[in-house]
Amino acid sequence: MFAGIAARSLRDRSAPKRFGNAAFWGLLAVSFLFGSMIGDVANGLLVLALVLLAGTGALGRSAPQTTSPREREIRANAHGSSIFIPALLIPAVAITGSVTLGRISIGGTHLVDPQQATLLSLVLGFVTALIVAMVWLRPPALAPLEEGRRLLDTIGWAAILPQMLAALGAVFALSGVGTAVGRIATTWLPLGEPFGAVAAYCIGMAVFTLIMGNAFAAFPVMTAAIGVPLIVHKFGGDPAIMGAIGMLSGYCGTLATPMAANFNIVPAALLELPDRNAVIKVQIPTAIPLLVANILLMYFLVFRF
Amino acid sequence: MWPLLAIAVLVIGFAAGLNPLLVVIASALAAGIAAGLSPLHILAALGKAYNDNRYISIVWLVLPVIGLLERDGLQERARMLIARVSAATPGRLLLIYLGLRQITAAMGLTSLCGQAQTVRPLVAPMAEGAAEARLGAVSERMRRIVRAYAACADNVGAFFGEDIFIAISSILLIKGVLEQNGFHVEPLRLSVWAIPTAVLAFALQGYRFMRLDAKLKRLAAEEGP
Repeated sequence: MFAGIAARSLRDRSAPKRFGNAAFWGLLAVSFLFGSMIGDVANGLLVLALVLLAGTGALGRSAPQTTSPREREIRANAHGSSIFIPALLIPAVAITGSVTLGRISIGGTHLVDPQQATLLSLVLGFVTALIVAMVWLRPPALAPLEEGRRLLDTIGWAAILPQMLAALGAVFALSGVGTAVGRIATTWLPLGEPFGAVAAYCIGMAVFTLIMGNAFAAFPVMTAAIGVPLIVHKFGGDPAIMGAIGMLSGYCGTLATPMAANFNIVPAALLELPDRNAVIKVQIPTAIPLLVANILLMYFLVFRF
Repeated sequence: MWPLLAIAVLVIGFAAGLNPLLVVIASALAAGIAAGLSPLHILAALGKAYNDNRYISIVWLVLPVIGLLERDGLQERARMLIARVSAATPGRLLLIYLGLRQITAAMGLTSLCGQAQTVRPLVAPMAEGAAEARLGAVSERMRRIVRAYAACADNVGAFFGEDIFIAISSILLIKGVLEQNGFHVEPLRLSVWAIPTAVLAFALQGYRFMRLDAKLKRLAAEEGP
């Protein structure tokens, strides 16, 4: 799909930045097709090239042929609510697939790896919906690619940001950034009494997540540094309650950070909001009171059960 | 302490409004150098991790279908449909979506909804449609606010619903980390203790959606037709 979009970008003479777009989506196609074969260093170079293209502003929006708002209204009236059917097919197929696919086995070997069943079912849902839409709506043969390109260009470089941040997380883990943050948290925070420990643990989870963009990175560090030695061992708290509410405190941080790109930055691009932090700004007034509520909840529950 | 330099790079880069991809690369470099890795080693580590995480970008495969349906008036239809329901306001609609998202996520159906699958094609246009039907003229600024809130409903619903499901990755991570530290906990207990926060999140976000309706009304009055 990315290769197709790259080819169409190249041929779109009306787009001001067609070469940049074509190179970017083309490299992405290479990554998906051959990423496992070309080795780590080549993948690294590929990443570098993608970043340089995006960083130097070589990408731009294009205007692939699509229908006008007026046409769309007419079509919307003509199709009625059955236009929702393909859209709803995606989750329907995805759910049935993820429930059944992992269990099918022939002669003792699984047909698909159960670990990948969900992902595969999701893709299966996309494909089913696409086939149904093509057969029913009979658009021009290149329409799916052109429409895909239209949406992908509105997202632009943000499309690979989530994947890049995941890669950054791996480099951070390799370099011991997490342990360094944990050490700072434990040396500087007031931990002498139960409430202080609970507050430090929850706020630590949120702030660490804010920095790393992922509560999963924060949880092992904060739990080993503050949670287990203080809340559980010193003050006798319950590890299950601490873990559950601790993780959710981290999620308060996820709501407020650009590092959690697929939740916060990508939607802003998808919804064509000019301010890429617009979603975060709307979420912060939820994140802060919810973090306070989590601290109080943990304080009242963790020493009681 | 030197690895912390990488975080400083991130914060400064984001604050300065540089392209986030450049900031990420710079930060990875800083982290690697601080830990004494050679540039080639950093490049290889980055390339490997990037390649291992390709599944994250699988979700973009949905774009051709969504685009195709949009071409045939999906967003417009969603708008029309909601305009007919006279009790529908943007806030109430998003409240219902939030509840649905939390419940389905709690049943393990996290990928049922999402920013690309449901928010852009359905939820955001419906919320905008409700605003148009209730308030008449809707300015570009109001539209943007409504859309941002729609994205917010999806995130809050997913984050504070999924941990109630016992087989989600975060529950497995909590269980694993506690086990490393010598505690054996049942996943079900972790799920149960995620419920109080989920209820509070729904109440808090729901209250903010009701306030959104009032805010939009005020904006509509100020900006006038």
